[in-house]
Amino acid sequence: MSGGDAIPEFSKAKAGDGHDVSLTNLSAFASGPGIRSGKEVAAILIVAVIIIGGIELALRLFQVPLYIMPPPSSIAYALFDEFPLIAPHLGYTLVELISGFAIGAVIGLVLAAVITQFPFAEKIVAPYILLLVTTPMLALVPLLILRFGFGYTPRIIAVALAAGPMVMINAATGFRRVDSAKIALARSYGASTLQIFWKIRAPMALPMILVGLMIGAIFGLLTAVGAEMVGGGFGLGNRLTTYSSMIQMPQFFAVVLILSTLGILIYVLFFLIGKKWASWEA
Amino acid sequence: MNAGSATTPKLGVQAATKVYYTASGDLLALDRCSLDVHANEIVSIVGPSGCGKTTLLWSMSGLHRLTSGGVRLDGKEISGPHPDIGIVFQEANLLPWRNLDANIHFPFEIKGEKPDRAWIAHLINRVGLDGFGGKFPRELSGGMQQRAAIVRALALKPSVLLMDEPFGALDSFTREEMNRLVEEIWLDTKTTIVFITHSIEEAIFLSDRVVVLSARPGRVAKEYRVPFARPRSLEIMATKEVFDLTNKIKMDIVGERSRPKAPDRPTAEIVRIRP
Repeated sequence: MSGGDAIPEFSKAKAGDGHDVSLTNLSAFASGPGIRSGKEVAAILIVAVIIIGGIELALRLFQVPLYIMPPPSSIAYALFDEFPLIAPHLGYTLVELISGFAIGAVIGLVLAAVITQFPFAEKIVAPYILLLVTTPMLALVPLLILRFGFGYTPRIIAVALAAGPMVMINAATGFRRVDSAKIALARSYGASTLQIFWKIRAPMALPMILVGLMIGAIFGLLTAVGAEMVGGGFGLGNRLTTYSSMIQMPQFFAVVLILSTLGILIYVLFFLIGKKWASWEA
Repeated sequence: MNAGSATTPKLGVQAATKVYYTASGDLLALDRCSLDVHANEIVSIVGPSGCGKTTLLWSMSGLHRLTSGGVRLDGKEISGPHPDIGIVFQEANLLPWRNLDANIHFPFEIKGEKPDRAWIAHLINRVGLDGFGGKFPRELSGGMQQRAAIVRALALKPSVLLMDEPFGALDSFTREEMNRLVEEIWLDTKTTIVFITHSIEEAIFLSDRVVVLSARPGRVAKEYRVPFARPRSLEIMATKEVFDLTNKIKMDIVGERSRPKAPDRPTAEIVRIRP
């Protein structure tokens, strides 16, 4: 352990049952949701009602046309009314997202694990990885469609290309966190390179890997929806273009709402995984 | 020492030389440093900071390759980490993602052996960590973390225990407590212990022999026997004998500074003696 990690003996009384010390150990996930008291829940709900109700009231009061901004009530109605029609498209988007993300994440993780073992190779590959991270993969979608048609394939490739480098660059940061004392500890018991990887490097990298997976999944979602907007007759992105071209704004916003919920679910999923498996990180 | 010359030392260092080849030039850390540690002995190594104490200990553990010279365990040359040598690292060096039980089982996992549960339970009881097995390192004080690290180091029943400034990060009260614990464990197991420390008092309290290393490049400059019977009480620390010995060792270390420098590069650090 390095530097400030040691807790001096005299702080024991303050630390009590250990909960105080663990307040800050969720690293990147620290700002996420936590357990709240009844009062807090009530306050959050009241504020939400005031904001949504206020928007509803303002839109109706100023008679804002439906095609500019539909009131929340009509969006909610459209969500329920149109959901059976939207649901299959949600399914298509999920297929693209999950398969593309899985492919990209696995390749990204393996590359990160391998490349960090060879610092020289890492130096050679780094600029290309940066290029992959910074290039919006959406730009390649027209090309992919030209080559693979309007099916799932170009979209899954685009999602994998968007998610993979994000996972890789974060995971590589995790794998590079070498703690020579911990590796020496493992070596003192005669650990093999593989054992050092699985028992020291991988768990040490886990918090950064989870951050990479979360960012990768969100970028994957963005790219999936974007690719659907470019071409092909299905998916939530396609619904967005269809509804807006027909000026069906309540339905349009219902799809936006579903997309926001998807994004939040991705965040919550990785937050919970992080809480369970990476809460040791201070 | 005269008794030792007849038998093979438990752990012997012969003319250990270690050069670090760094970008800013070669650095001679140890220069033909020789030291014998006999079975069931507690030997402390003290010296000015940067004198190669840790380098020497890591070489003894087989974790560092020496540039020249050798290390022998029971008369046999060792070339890498040896199962008969346990190490307690600076600070506790526990794995923060494992609870105490899983940390203590770590050596067995690496070796692919079943943990010796009865022995571990005995050790845990010995260091007073009963009931803390499910706790994670961050939930424990520095002293308790180091206790767990001692259990982990002793779990495979090594015959030699190397301790690298294990209590340097602890406050002085905890440090005294830990010193007594080390003596208790020694009385219990008679494990040969090599102990690196900044604290002359700690070295005297614990050791049968205190070895003073010279400033870089490290060599054995002086050796002192500490004649007190065990178990030792803290009262011996107030005797004139200990006071004189402490001052002698202090002068050995501080005196290094005024001496003309060895051929490598001059040491700029201020020699600090921790209270």
